[in-house]
Amino acid sequence: MNRKNFPGFLVFILLIAIFPLIAQRSSAINHYIDVMVFGGIFGIVAIGLSLLMGYAGQISLAHAAFMGIGAYSSGILTTHFNLSPPIALFLGIAVTSAIAFAIGVPSLRLKGHYLAMATLGFGVIVHIVFNEEVKWTGGPSGLVGIPGFGFGSWALKSTIHWYYFVWFWVALFVVLALNMVHSRIGRALRAIHEDDRAAEAMGVPTARYKLQIFVISAAMAAFAGSLYAHYVEFINPSSFDLVWSIKFILMVMVGGIQSIWGSLLGSLFLTFLGNEWLQVFAELEILIYGIILLVISLFFPDGLFPVIVRFLTQRKLEKKA
Amino acid sequence: MNRQVTFEPKQELNQKEDNGCLHHAVPISTEEGNRGLGETSKNTFILEVKDLGKSFGGVEALHNITFSVPSGIIQAIIGPNGAGKTTLLNCISGVIKPTRGRIIFLGKSIENLQPHKIATLGISRTFQNVALFKRMSVIENVTIGLHTKTRSGFTSCALRLPSMIREERHIFERAQEWLEFVGLADEMNKEAGSLPLGKQKLLEVARALATEPRLLLLDEPAGGLNTAETEQFGELIEKIKNLGITVVLIEHDMNLVMERSDQIAVLHYGKLLATGTPQEIKKNPQVVEIYLGKEE
Amino acid sequence: MEWVQYVLSGITVGMIYVLVALGYNIIYNVTEIINFAQGEFVMLGGLCAVFFYESLHLPLWLAFLMAVVTVGGIGLLFEKFAIRHARSQSILTLIIVTIAFSILLKGAAMFAWGKDPYSLPPFSGGSPWLIAGAAVQRQSLWIIGISLFIIAGLSIFFHKSFYGKAMCACADNPVAARIMGIPVRRMILLSFTLSAALGAAGGVIITPLSLMEYDRGALLGLKGFSVAVLGGLGNFWGALVAGIFIGVAESLCAGYLSSGYKDAVALIALLAVLFVKPEGLFGRAK
Repeated sequence: MNRKNFPGFLVFILLIAIFPLIAQRSSAINHYIDVMVFGGIFGIVAIGLSLLMGYAGQISLAHAAFMGIGAYSSGILTTHFNLSPPIALFLGIAVTSAIAFAIGVPSLRLKGHYLAMATLGFGVIVHIVFNEEVKWTGGPSGLVGIPGFGFGSWALKSTIHWYYFVWFWVALFVVLALNMVHSRIGRALRAIHEDDRAAEAMGVPTARYKLQIFVISAAMAAFAGSLYAHYVEFINPSSFDLVWSIKFILMVMVGGIQSIWGSLLGSLFLTFLGNEWLQVFAELEILIYGIILLVISLFFPDGLFPVIVRFLTQRKLEKKA
Repeated sequence: MNRQVTFEPKQELNQKEDNGCLHHAVPISTEEGNRGLGETSKNTFILEVKDLGKSFGGVEALHNITFSVPSGIIQAIIGPNGAGKTTLLNCISGVIKPTRGRIIFLGKSIENLQPHKIATLGISRTFQNVALFKRMSVIENVTIGLHTKTRSGFTSCALRLPSMIREERHIFERAQEWLEFVGLADEMNKEAGSLPLGKQKLLEVARALATEPRLLLLDEPAGGLNTAETEQFGELIEKIKNLGITVVLIEHDMNLVMERSDQIAVLHYGKLLATGTPQEIKKNPQVVEIYLGKEE
Repeated sequence: MEWVQYVLSGITVGMIYVLVALGYNIIYNVTEIINFAQGEFVMLGGLCAVFFYESLHLPLWLAFLMAVVTVGGIGLLFEKFAIRHARSQSILTLIIVTIAFSILLKGAAMFAWGKDPYSLPPFSGGSPWLIAGAAVQRQSLWIIGISLFIIAGLSIFFHKSFYGKAMCACADNPVAARIMGIPVRRMILLSFTLSAALGAAGGVIITPLSLMEYDRGALLGLKGFSVAVLGGLGNFWGALVAGIFIGVAESLCAGYLSSGYKDAVALIALLAVLFVKPEGLFGRAK
């Protein structure tokens, strides 16, 4: 974040802060606060994935799996071992980072399709483990009785508490991500995306950076997963399957592959779409995701929102002339 | 050959404040350079290639290449297409690993090192097909060249620490200096891919120079350029030499090669056919035969 | 002698993986693209056959044919309207396009057929045969037989016919191929159509044995890819060996270790190959 971005960020903070106060007053949109909590949680995953896909140019079809590892770590550590949620959260991130590192080292040597398939295979293996290790995970029926988030006497009690808690973290991740993007590291990642052979020749340690950003984005997904587990207090494997990994990719693509704000907006858009507007057409949900993703990848490969923004600003310029 | 050189671009530029965060590399003279690297011989060769061989499957692209490049000269590598010139450059810069032989840079064996490691040691390059970061701006491309000269990592960038902010300022100042050096300062914020070919080639050189190399490898820099642009490039190469940087260039344009190079190596079917000064090479009957055909 | 049972059922399911793998190989040989939607073609083949048989009351063999033709047509349309457009884009985009299409097909199937599994009658009636003390379903023999027939046919096609040899030429050197007058675009179109048809055939023949539902595509596609990579991407005979190997390994795992984890066998093999020897056991056929 630099001076340019700051006013926009303030507006963002303002909107986020005000939203629940407005939403509370109307019974029609009161439950949107809950949707926004999910939007924020998924947004954290999307921001991490945007750094990996948009900036470093690497694909991952395993991010729902990473989120799941974080969620189940939190769930298992708090229910089976009675650890306090913040500690479980921290351990979940540590475990996921270690796994991401182990998978990342051999995977990131692979290019394009092979990397996609490796992450896809890994993600499905994780999903199978969630389903099979019934003693720990509860199997397909899921893990119940996960405590809410809190330690000692403090705990998040209401949806509004959760809202502000989650969006505090979202704002923090946005700042960190934007800082990273507008820096030497961000430029190096973009260079790796554009032409990693040339980046390597200029002294950028491409393999190391790809791995680092892979682990960082996996850790962010795990963090989001933990929050999810403590918010819903129940998790099952179907929330962390391949379709979800593809949904996260869709969020990034909708928002603009190289845009932090965009992936956040993409997350909100898809969360509202899934939770609210598609409830009527539940059987069409996956089909609609497929159509949207196909259209965007064919006609707006850099993302939808940037095109819309460019279109609107161009209209504004034309009007002035 | 034992010159004390610096990388300050032309004296006409304002002296920039040095806050100490950016390493203005003052490359040590060859004598000092060798001192730290374990060899105390009077070695004035910046690059030595010894018995280098590279096979791809059954095809032998390079065979028994041995030659040495003295520090501070312009070394040309010429030869017909497919002779192995780019393969040789790729071996030196670490893009591919040779099957046999050694490459010694400033007394240190580099044939098994990763390309980014070789870049930090002081070798930089351009590519035959202009490998720019097309969707980044002109100046951003050059800043990538400064990557090895800077230090801010993931944490200090994410937290935007003061040291990182200071470094950023230096990076962009330095990048601008290099753009001025090659004559692209006006195009600073344009998208790199939007530049015409001649300027793209200049940008690639600026980016490579930003790494402050001891040795610069140029792969067909004049490819696709007209006579005026080629001449301009020749002058640039001369300017680079005056900074104390050794230049190895692969080139097909014979005028440029004959006029600017101090030493020429001729490759043919992966073998080193001849080395020598431009005068010697011009008169070498085997070389003449390759380029002009056998006298019937 | 239950291992005989496992081996035979492993060979059976392995054949399906081979058919899926061949689909990947055909497209890869011509375009070097990995089609993530390959598994969905299998799923659609089975479900379409169910539609033609149950809803339109066509005889089974005709339903088989119609399903293969229909799904082949879907593959054709996919290439014509999506892949052709996206080929010039980055690999990342191309991957996402095929992923998107796979999701689209899955979603369409869920919409059209719901989440229930469907079945087809076995191709021939009768009680299972007894081979070495193991009971082998007649459908298994159909599966193995039809698969081998298809593989043999493909082999002849690629080695003897003009179009087949032309498709291989496109992979090796598209520019030269074009100069020689080979219509590269048409070859690519053909490869997608053929792959889809192949997958569909696999889907139809497996449905009588293990049913078919809307979300089987992903796992089938992934396992088929494992087989393709294990055998060496682009190598047909490698795929055959690898497919049987994976099928039997999976079946033995289900029988002796854990049936829940049997799906992981192919996936672990996939990761192992990708991480250790991406060219696979046999590399690419020249």
